[in-house]
Amino acid sequence: MAELDTSGGGKKGGKVRSKKASTRVDLTAMVDLAFLLITFFIMTTTLSKPKAMDVTMPRKDENQKDQLPVAASRSMTILLGANNKVEWFIGEPGKSAPETINYGKDGLRKILIEKGKEIQASTGKYMVVLIKPSDKSNYKNLVDALDEMAITKIESFAIVDILPAEVELLKRDGNY
Amino acid sequence: MPRVKVARKSTAIDMTAMCDVAFLLLTFFILTAKPRTEDPVPIDVPASTAEIPLPEENVLLLTVGQGKVFYTVEGTDIRKQTLEQMGEKYNIKFTPEQKQVFSGVPVLGVPMNQLQAFLNLDVDKRKEYKQPGIPNDTTANNELADWIRESRKAVASLHNKPLRISVKGDNKEEYPTIKKIIGIFQKQRIDKFSFITAVKNEPKK
Repeated sequence: MAELDTSGGGKKGGKVRSKKASTRVDLTAMVDLAFLLITFFIMTTTLSKPKAMDVTMPRKDENQKDQLPVAASRSMTILLGANNKVEWFIGEPGKSAPETINYGKDGLRKILIEKGKEIQASTGKYMVVLIKPSDKSNYKNLVDALDEMAITKIESFAIVDILPAEVELLKRDGNY
Repeated sequence: MPRVKVARKSTAIDMTAMCDVAFLLLTFFILTAKPRTEDPVPIDVPASTAEIPLPEENVLLLTVGQGKVFYTVEGTDIRKQTLEQMGEKYNIKFTPEQKQVFSGVPVLGVPMNQLQAFLNLDVDKRKEYKQPGIPNDTTANNELADWIRESRKAVASLHNKPLRISVKGDNKEEYPTIKKIIGIFQKQRIDKFSFITAVKNEPKK
């Protein structure tokens, strides 16, 4: 792009001056290139950084002396079944009828909040949740369940292996 | 009435400031850029409300999808050190070239007995090569456990810091695979690890 000469004609004759070259450099092309590269780098960088959800497992230990027994009345078991279904019951398997619910706001979260309050009121202690994923559940189910723990601020929970009796429960209700 | 003469102005705009800004941004993006690592299998990460970002250093990442497990560790020095230790363990002598190649491989999913052949491939062929995943049987052939243990040792000796273990799994991944990996962690007394999740914007409660 040429700079327009706006300096006017100038005097005729007189001394012959060497023509002053403009010190301005045309930057248009350079800016074009810079923006092109910016666009490229914006596109290739990962925009959202992955988030990490911390999981702490109870230490598998041979000596059991540090372990405290938890009353059945304040332990809630969540069985993760197939087809995005959850079964929950309080206490030991077989003694109370499990209920099948969904994940999410109106399913698992509601139950967790309700039961947490109930148990807090009746026993004066916090609820302990055991998450038992069955072999038919998937990774998303596990993450969802753990996420519900974080949302409902349940501090004491554990991922535990499922018992055969509990698999039977899932099978009976068609969630396995 | 005399005609008002409009002074002719140059149509060129001063681009200096714009150029400055553009290059400033460019520098910023170049410095912060981290090339996206391609997952060897398609992975759809579940969403959660977790808000802690994954740290950039001293991280071991296990990518789990379609029943296969892939191994990633950050840092070329750690990768090299880990490979050397693994070589000692499995009695495989790696050439310096192979070590160099290995330190540039972002995601690894090859059994030990195929690793040398894999590292000898051309760059293009290595990209196309379908990695079978690291064997992680709980009985005899548990290479994944060795990889994890050796990386932990390497990080401890080189950076003097604990290694963070994280799992990046596919939504549809069945639980037994996850269970096996958690089992491997527990055997090595890794009680704290993290699941990588995407961000879910949901009002709390």
